[in-house]
Amino acid sequence: MTDFVHPGLLFILGALPIPILKGSVRKAYVLLIPTLAILAVLTMHPGSYGAAQFIGQQIMIAKVDKLSVLFATVFSIMALIGTVYALHLTHAAQHVAAFVYVGSALGVVFAGDYLTLFLFWEGMTFASAYLVFAQRSEQALRAGFRYLMVHITGSVALLGGIILHGFATGSVLFGPIEDGLGFATCLILAGFLLNAAVPPLNAWLTDAYPEATVTGAVFMSALTTKTAVYVLARAFPGTDLLVWLGTVMALYGVVYAVLENDCRRLLAYHIVSQVGYMVVGIGIGTEMAVNGAVSHAFAHILYKALLFMGAGAVIHVTGRRKLTELGGLYKTMPVTLALYMVGALAISAFPFFSGFVTKSMVVAAAGQDHRALVVLALTMASSGTFLHTGLKLPYYMFFGTDQGLQAREPPRNMLVAMGMAAVLCIAIGVFPQTLYALLPHPVDFDPYTGVHITESLGVLMFTALGFVIFLRALDPENTISIDTDWFYRMGARRFMWLAEKPLARYEKAVSDVSETAALPFLHGMARAGLRIDLRGVDAFVNAVARAILRGGGALRRLQSGVVTHYALAMIAGVIAAIAVFAVAWR
Amino acid sequence: MIKRVVDFFGDERHAKKRRRLFYLVLVLIVIADFLVFREHAEYLWERLPGWSALYGFGSCVLLIFVSKFLGHQCGLMRREDYYD
Repeated sequence: MTDFVHPGLLFILGALPIPILKGSVRKAYVLLIPTLAILAVLTMHPGSYGAAQFIGQQIMIAKVDKLSVLFATVFSIMALIGTVYALHLTHAAQHVAAFVYVGSALGVVFAGDYLTLFLFWEGMTFASAYLVFAQRSEQALRAGFRYLMVHITGSVALLGGIILHGFATGSVLFGPIEDGLGFATCLILAGFLLNAAVPPLNAWLTDAYPEATVTGAVFMSALTTKTAVYVLARAFPGTDLLVWLGTVMALYGVVYAVLENDCRRLLAYHIVSQVGYMVVGIGIGTEMAVNGAVSHAFAHILYKALLFMGAGAVIHVTGRRKLTELGGLYKTMPVTLALYMVGALAISAFPFFSGFVTKSMVVAAAGQDHRALVVLALTMASSGTFLHTGLKLPYYMFFGTDQGLQAREPPRNMLVAMGMAAVLCIAIGVFPQTLYALLPHPVDFDPYTGVHITESLGVLMFTALGFVIFLRALDPENTISIDTDWFYRMGARRFMWLAEKPLARYEKAVSDVSETAALPFLHGMARAGLRIDLRGVDAFVNAVARAILRGGGALRRLQSGVVTHYALAMIAGVIAAIAVFAVAWR
Repeated sequence: MIKRVVDFFGDERHAKKRRRLFYLVLVLIVIADFLVFREHAEYLWERLPGWSALYGFGSCVLLIFVSKFLGHQCGLMRREDYYD
């Protein structure tokens, strides 16, 4: 085990001392753990570690190959960036939750069997839910509970699938599922798709992420959906269903983003959209498509964290989150704006930014696989991505109507974290080969061809033209959008109504009947019983007792103490006995 | 430096310059699209120079209006206290 230190356990065990450390010691410590984790990931060798037997099943705590190392690398880098961003926090709890969250995500990435995977999967759910609860507002508490309930439901499906799959195949080792979509695999797939936020199972994400703390949302934007992408890439590559789900997903996110007024909810809808590209890539399943999907996940984690950090910085400084209440911040927060825009250009796939070298691989793979409709839909989603994250959000947040907000640049640690992410977004875009070398399959793809550059710029800049022309149509409105969470939010309300109105009324009616009819009847019965007891049973018992008393008195008088009386009685008895004997014997 | 770039995009006094630069970029992109070498084109539209510009603009307009239609006419957008 010397050549393998589990970075997930490093985070989880490393989280334990955080509450007892104070001040700058704690700051140094929380930076040390992610740095060690990055080193652990970079120095690990492919292989299987931690094989053991559990309830008669072979389990494998860690399986290291290129795919798991790729995700572990970006998770640990992101953990470092997210920790720098959260360095100003005075309470330890969020650091602890974030570390357990990252550690669990790494646990999933290395899990060699379903049981280990499930254990860490649950760890992620609970640790991430805390990052929502830590916001402490009434709204956040409610959203946190919804988040928890949805994920626990998904976990139950996953666990059910794992158990059925284990019985069917006799093994719980985690790997590509080859026996088609049976009931067990459907349950597992549903559990995975829920965490990947595939519509209609997407609403937990856009419901909870904007309610999380400013620093917590950065971790959430990076981890849950991308671990789901990882497990899908591991277990379900080439599943045709995923191509269609992913395509719908990519457009679903951008359509909702048009309607959104909350800045982080808009970004959350773009997670849905971007994960759509990855799901499509996994669904296509060719080497290039899977490479595209996982490299896009890598790039996505960094630019999405950057975007969430930018929006979080604005919320941190102004205390406002609605686009209708923001505007004119470019004068006071130019550095935040510039760093945010790096993330926006990266997600929009501008040349020399990370999205350009990864997203295009998925689209090109769809083209090679002769899926014209998918190519067109994904290109349209790219247009929408730039429209919202690159134009609408920065315009209404930083430019637009000046709301006269008293703002300043956020604390330095936030800017440093954003700077780190921004550098990586550009570095990946400029030197894609470094990322390509980490991918699970050999890469034969050059993003920087003339036609690819002009086509991308054409789509993006003419989207900007559309934005300029129809700017007024995009003005944010003070509304919320109904998503699939409507079903359980309104469903829960209907259930409560059912419990409070008809069920409560029925309960009242039943108790009324018992009070008006059943209780008097029972009282009458009891009184009658008492009367019978007193007059009937007691009288009989008393009479018997009196008779016995009288009989006893009579017997006592017979005992006179005179010998002749006794002798007489004995003679009479003998005569009587003889008489009886003589008669009876005959 | 950052401040000057940001101010260029924000300040009203640069509006004219900004617009000119923007249109220049648009024209250059379309011209470049006509000039680049297309080695293989799988689909019809890939052979069409300027297609991406048209498609980008069309997508943008379509997304804006379809979404707003869904939001306003199909009742996806609700008052903020809808769930309260």
